[in-house]
Amino acid sequence: MSRITLSNLAHSYLTNPKSDADFALKEMDHVWDDGGAYALLGASGCGKTTLLNIISGLVRPSQGRVLFGDRDVTDAETTARNIAQVFQFPVVYDTMTVRQNLAFPLRNRGMDPAYIARRIDQIAAMIGMEAMLDKKARGLTADAKQKISLGRGMVREDVNAILFDEPLTVIDPHMKWELRTQLKSLHREFGHTMIYVTHDQTEALTFADKVVVMHDGRVVQMGTPEELFETPAHTFVGYFIGSPGMNLFEAEVSGSEARLGGVSVPLGAAYAPTTGRVQIGIRPEYVTVSDEGMPVTVKRVEDVGRHRILRAELGGQPLNAILGEGMSIPADPRVAFAPDRVNVYANDWRVAPVDIRAGG
Amino acid sequence: MDKTQNNKAWFLVLPVLVLVAFSAVLPLMTVVNYAFNDTFGNNQFFWTGLEWFEDMVTSDRLHNALGRQILFSAVILAIQVPLGIFIALNMPKSGFWASLVLILMALPLLIPFNVVGTIWQIFGRVDIGLLGHTLAAMGIDYNYTNDPLDAWITVVVMDVWHWTSLVALLCYAGLQSIPQAYYQAAKIDQATRWSVFRYIELPKMKGVLLIAILLRFMDSFMIYTEPFVVTGGGPGNSTTFLSIDLAKMATGQFDLGPAAAFSLMYFCVILLISWVFYTVMTNLDREENR
Repeated sequence: MSRITLSNLAHSYLTNPKSDADFALKEMDHVWDDGGAYALLGASGCGKTTLLNIISGLVRPSQGRVLFGDRDVTDAETTARNIAQVFQFPVVYDTMTVRQNLAFPLRNRGMDPAYIARRIDQIAAMIGMEAMLDKKARGLTADAKQKISLGRGMVREDVNAILFDEPLTVIDPHMKWELRTQLKSLHREFGHTMIYVTHDQTEALTFADKVVVMHDGRVVQMGTPEELFETPAHTFVGYFIGSPGMNLFEAEVSGSEARLGGVSVPLGAAYAPTTGRVQIGIRPEYVTVSDEGMPVTVKRVEDVGRHRILRAELGGQPLNAILGEGMSIPADPRVAFAPDRVNVYANDWRVAPVDIRAGG
Repeated sequence: MDKTQNNKAWFLVLPVLVLVAFSAVLPLMTVVNYAFNDTFGNNQFFWTGLEWFEDMVTSDRLHNALGRQILFSAVILAIQVPLGIFIALNMPKSGFWASLVLILMALPLLIPFNVVGTIWQIFGRVDIGLLGHTLAAMGIDYNYTNDPLDAWITVVVMDVWHWTSLVALLCYAGLQSIPQAYYQAAKIDQATRWSVFRYIELPKMKGVLLIAILLRFMDSFMIYTEPFVVTGGGPGNSTTFLSIDLAKMATGQFDLGPAAAFSLMYFCVILLISWVFYTVMTNLDREENR
């Protein structure tokens, strides 16, 4: 087990990348702590899988280094890195039994047969396949096959990291929950570094201690679920995390006040003058609907069970707000933002406030 | 199931049945006729019963031809199947070179059989052929018209040249259907090259490989044109395979009775082997989908 350092890393699938757009992964520097549970979250095609394959050595980066601990493994083969990886679609060796499948990574490394037998029993119990150990893998269902893949990924105890590439896509919803919980407890028990790629925010937020949000080949934020929710570093994070995502409005910010189409919105802190495209962002959870504040035009109300979502327009820009239990919408609906929950963005990146006022 | 039974549909098949009857079934019946009768021309037939069959079953000549035939099929399968797999494994997977190799590989398959025979007949000639003359110049005593072993080597090499592509292309198609993730997973699992072949590539190729073996077996078991053009079955009888022997008997010696009996048995053997193959293949399929 070791810390994983990505230094000055970038990757392009073209041989002669010319512009920034040719890079599937833009230049990045990141350190993944030993024993951390990370989730790599982002939309399809944002470079998550590329990054994962670079860590496991299936793809060699066009530039930069990959370090495991202090060892430079940039040029090391996958086999030399001692990494486990589980893929999106089940990969099983059809002609082998479930037991042989699970034993395969251990047998290839010449482990002791008694140890292998013991370890297989543990893993089989974990993925709930004790009864099927001697069945051929060929005839099994897709989710049983994927459980075998997961089992094969976890069967080695000494791996540097376990990488999961959207492993639960083909699994039934109720089983998904169960497996994710098991992965989490496994992580607590053995302390492997785990990197879990997904485009499902619930999956990412429940699995990981730290979520790494990727957008367009960049890591835009690495933080705890709470940080991603409260202070998204990039408008993409605001939009991607949360349901519905953060509301964003073009605004002018001066000091601790934002002007939104002629209306003044108080901010929780003061900001230095910024240039470029300035936006303010507020989570729908922190928008209060009452008969005071800024006037909005109601488009519709959606009932999602736990709460209702108000879809409206504020100064011609869309606004979502979460309505509390049993709340009615006034005849002349107006909204107010909780000042200390408002984030300010310049050219999509979050601007840090100058000072934080007491009491906010 | 409440399916409407409508036997009128059979009428739609009728034209084909009539055509097949005239082109295949009726000629086959005349063969049956010859197999059970003796004739001296003028459409006069004498019933002989199973005499011709007995003659053929006990004929040394036929036994020898059958022996050569089995040996030939075994040799070309033993060469073409592993060689075809080996080539398929080493063919480029995509890009310009993949297309080029595919075209080059397909070329021998497109050449008519007798042309293949003529090519090799000339290629191997000691006086003017590129291969024969070069070998002679190097001091190697090679002459497919005199030496049975040389004749065999020529015929086998010719068949390998002509048909290995078929095995390779079928295997290549099987290999192309393997998702990249399998190879990546194998790397992660630290599988050896042999394990990758044994547990990933071979199982995926199994279906097409069986078809390839069936096709190659059938074709080689019925081979006629190519060796006939190159060696004419010689020197002596050394490359006289079943079809060549049959043609010699029927059209060379005009022994229509024995030849008809012979061809009926030949037909049954091939039918039997195809049936066995088919059964084995469908059983494997069923096992796969279990």
